Amino acid sequence: MKRRSFVQASMALGSVSALGSMVACATTGSIPKQARVVVIGGGYGGATTAKYIRMLSNYQIDVVLIEPDAAFVSCPLSNLVIGGSKTMADITTPYDKLSGKHGVQMVRDYVSSVDAEKKTVTLASGPSIRYDKLVMSPGIDLMFNTIEGLKEANTSGQILQAWKAGPETLALRKQLEAMPDGGVFAITIPEVPYRCPPGPYERASQAAHYFKQQKPKSKVLILDANQDVTSKGPLFKKFWADNYKGILEYVPQHKVVGVDAKTNTLKFEIQNDIQAQVLNVLPAMRAGNIAVQSQLANMNARWCGVNFQTFESTQAKDIHVIGDAIMIAPLMPKSGHMANSHGKVTAAAIVAQLSDMAVNPAPFLTNTCYSFVNDKLVVHVASVHQYDAKDKTYKTVPGSGGLSPAPNELEGVYAMNWAQNIWADSLL
Amino acid sequence: MPHPFIHDVARHVVTVAVATLTISTGHAQQTAEQLHQRTTAAMCANCHGSEGRTVAGSAIPALAGMPKNDMLRHMKAFKDGSRPATVMHQITKGLTDAQIETLATYYAATQR
Repeated sequence: MKRRSFVQASMALGSVSALGSMVACATTGSIPKQARVVVIGGGYGGATTAKYIRMLSNYQIDVVLIEPDAAFVSCPLSNLVIGGSKTMADITTPYDKLSGKHGVQMVRDYVSSVDAEKKTVTLASGPSIRYDKLVMSPGIDLMFNTIEGLKEANTSGQILQAWKAGPETLALRKQLEAMPDGGVFAITIPEVPYRCPPGPYERASQAAHYFKQQKPKSKVLILDANQDVTSKGPLFKKFWADNYKGILEYVPQHKVVGVDAKTNTLKFEIQNDIQAQVLNVLPAMRAGNIAVQSQLANMNARWCGVNFQTFESTQAKDIHVIGDAIMIAPLMPKSGHMANSHGKVTAAAIVAQLSDMAVNPAPFLTNTCYSFVNDKLVVHVASVHQYDAKDKTYKTVPGSGGLSPAPNELEGVYAMNWAQNIWADSLL
Repeated sequence: MPHPFIHDVARHVVTVAVATLTISTGHAQQTAEQLHQRTTAAMCANCHGSEGRTVAGSAIPALAGMPKNDMLRHMKAFKDGSRPATVMHQITKGLTDAQIETLATYYAATQR
């Protein structure tokens, strides 16, 4: 395994040089021939950055994307796999177009360390890659150690998170399928900020929809550490009252501090223990491990501070951090759509910096987030975030953005089209 | 004397190659302003596809090649609320008229 990764990495680096000289022959731009950007993480943020640096530099800047997984699995729509209306294949996109169509050099590996002084990243398999600019898009890490007993229960496969879409997504679906009718599925939500604010409520809705169709005596219990539903609250709560009465129960202000895997029991900071047949425990989250280990998580030791005009770390020169790992601006969600937007602003800033051009003084970001309340009806939240040069942050524009008036099928169609288009925009 | 057909093909290939080189050189010398405009336009691509080209069968419309005045008219109608929408009335209210002008110019000049 180690040997194979090494060979892959070497081959990839070899072809970077070949491609670099090929492109250099055909162009006369001011971008240095040796310019190279390394991107860590092939999610919505990293894949988009890699593709857009290639596009916006007119294919002159070499980009290496380091990603351990063979294919991209989308977190958005993954709750529909848990609800049973979509399959893993529906939410999976291969990485081959990033290399084949856009000339991004894919290296399938983890990064074990970053040397910000020497400007190198070292792969888990051994070799190092030199960069002029590094983009970290590591997503989130789940802080299992904040809940007693959770690490072991997750490792054994008994208590799942399924918050990073992948094998656990399907495993959670199988747990719901195996649960006898009359059982309880409990999902616990950490305090904000966490990845995908409406995600837990969408997941609970999907489980309730499945139970309503297939296991009508079963229940969904949402145990939320927050004061109230953190996103699209009135829309979710009205739909639950109208459609999942007696099936779905929402309980705020319940913070999990421990789990007992032997009895499938949740322990809370204040309230009595609760037992359920299937537990989905979401612990607190922080920036992905490589960012924390590289000492970029300089905000509460959890999130990475960035200069919002360029997404360059406030901690290390020439390292940009994007996506869920950053310390957000006010009202900025940790979402895939937002990470894609971060990626484009970052790609443009890097192309400008490596070409000795002025960085965009007024970037902006968009976000649209759809949630399925059953297999067809959808609600959204949208926002526009303009960069404020004086306060050096993004601000939502007064009067812009907003929610759906009610769940509707038209937005169900748009949500599916959104997914297809943003996957293509990020990966194809 | 080569076969006329082959000669034509060869000439065609040369023409295409020269055209491609010209385009790519033109882009290579893009100004900061052009780069910023492309990035502004890219903020539509999350939903409307890279370079405004959507996937086949998309109910969300493609923007590439949309005449500038059509785009300006649609965006203004979304922004002032005269055209009903699910999302676009909320997005357009967050954009300046200058940003909308940039988007309309960019996508009108982008090949379908």
